[in-house]
Amino acid sequence: MQIIKILFKNAFRHKLRTGLTILSITIALLAFGLLRTVVNAWYSGVEASSAYRLVTRNAISIIFPLPLSYKDRIRQVDGVSEVSWGNWFGGVYFDEKNFFANFAVDAKSYFDLYREYAIPDDQKTAFLRDRKGFVAGKKLAERFGWKIGDTIVLKGTIFPGNWEFVMRAIYRGREANADETVFMFHWDYLNESLKKTAPARADQVGFYMIGVEDPGLAVSTAGSIDALFKNSFAETITETEKAFTLGFVAMSDTIITAIQLVSFVVIIIILAVVANTVAMSVRERTNEYAVFKTLGFGGWRIVGLILGESVVITMMGCAAGIAATYPASAAFGKAMGAYFPVFNVEPGTIVLDVVFSLAVGVLAAVIPVYRTLKMKIADGLRMIE
Amino acid sequence: MEAGNIVSIRQLCKSYHRGDQVIPVLSDISFDIAEGEFLALMGPSGSGKSTLLNLIAGIDQPDSGSIVIGGVDVTTLTETELAKWRALNVGFIFQFYNLIPVLTAFENVELPLLLTPLSRSERKAHVEMALRVVGLADRMDHYPSQLSGGQEQRVAIARAIVTDPTILVADEPTGDLDRKSAEEIMDLMDRLNGESKKTIIMVTHDPRAAKKAHVIRHLDKGILTNADHQDTL
Repeated sequence: MQIIKILFKNAFRHKLRTGLTILSITIALLAFGLLRTVVNAWYSGVEASSAYRLVTRNAISIIFPLPLSYKDRIRQVDGVSEVSWGNWFGGVYFDEKNFFANFAVDAKSYFDLYREYAIPDDQKTAFLRDRKGFVAGKKLAERFGWKIGDTIVLKGTIFPGNWEFVMRAIYRGREANADETVFMFHWDYLNESLKKTAPARADQVGFYMIGVEDPGLAVSTAGSIDALFKNSFAETITETEKAFTLGFVAMSDTIITAIQLVSFVVIIIILAVVANTVAMSVRERTNEYAVFKTLGFGGWRIVGLILGESVVITMMGCAAGIAATYPASAAFGKAMGAYFPVFNVEPGTIVLDVVFSLAVGVLAAVIPVYRTLKMKIADGLRMIE
Repeated sequence: MEAGNIVSIRQLCKSYHRGDQVIPVLSDISFDIAEGEFLALMGPSGSGKSTLLNLIAGIDQPDSGSIVIGGVDVTTLTETELAKWRALNVGFIFQFYNLIPVLTAFENVELPLLLTPLSRSERKAHVEMALRVVGLADRMDHYPSQLSGGQEQRVAIARAIVTDPTILVADEPTGDLDRKSAEEIMDLMDRLNGESKKTIIMVTHDPRAAKKAHVIRHLDKGILTNADHQDTL
């Protein structure tokens, strides 16, 4: 037996109560898992950032451009291996609710820097040859059903007009945390059009992406770049890609903190639910624990019986909660794909699920265990007489 | 402890506290129980007989005095030592059987053996033997709810004897049974005492049950009277 068998039999003595408790834990852990995944999704860009890349932007704000001419001076800085650039395009596909990130980038240098984006060679060649071509992430292409050769039109918001593009390539992420929802086209296409329609805005970029030879020297390299443009009409701020991305995440810091708090409140609520269930069960069976003690079951065995029952209930809820988290996350990620390009349940979330479930199981049993150990056998036996 | 006595109780006192009030339950109790004796403790409600039984069984502690059982003064043992001692030396039979409802008859009887180093097959042999002794070998897979009151009490007796304890203590073992079942239980206890030479200490209100005992002692307001031997009744 047999102790394990007793634990399970005791746990399911009140099937409805135990079932509802397990359901509560399942829902709570599902909520916890989803909330944690939302938080992780917020940081996915940070996780995906490379230590080998720096981002240079206008020191006043990201919305102010930098001259294209900076690229040659940046290239000459010690430690810089590659320089690319681009602009946030901000185009709308039919309707604003179809939001996705779209950039004009210097195609060749950009994909040299972003080696985590895998593009089939033939598609990459076709894209590089076609000035109106664009590359979309696999998820984005699937979302709108785009196929190679399709022509699509984005309505410019920052750069007015209807912009026509031809799909030439689809990229996939080499890593699970790669964003597969980005739309990228040739910066030259944007720049040449601007030269005709708004010459004052031509030859200006929103940001530079810079490859460094040694991540250990990234900070000093960034300092050297910024020093180049000190006291110029467009001073720069250069930071690691991770710091740059974190800066965006920090804008939502309060929301993220609130989500994290709610996720922990969920755990505290479920602790109260399980503690109530265990306390009720143990109180109803006070005389049985007195019998166990009479038979010679010592303190640790009594602890094991109560604690074990509590942990059995919570871990069953935990298993069900974890099992439910994956399909729920997949559905949530699909529905919210425009806002959370990477929405994967991370191993760390599952570890937290298990750790918190165990903690809830143990903490919920503390008071019933204490009371049962303190109970005098004679008093416990008298409860049925 | 004199030779031949399995239990020796000296100057035992026990009282309960209710707020500031001290309620004496047992006053200066001293007596011996011979090995193989079948003792009945009788007395009105509140006379202290169940308290005395609990003290002998090691599930309660006296205010003063000693209880030596099989050479061990149980009043000096810690909680942990007492638990181990009870597992080896005491078989307890309750008025309301106190079987675990989610366990079968077999599993209930097996419970005390889980505290021993016996292997699974050895435990099985012991349990089957105990259930055979009480005449329930064919009911070992039944749950308590599938058994009559008399059968439940026989399972409880099997649980009490399965570890071959030094003493059997029974608190009103027939108190919840009809007359026929009560007679069967008393016959079984008589047989355990006669054939297996088990020392039995039984609290009862029932004079018919007490007739099976060799010795009857009466408690009244915590004071023990002299022993009535069965042949003197």
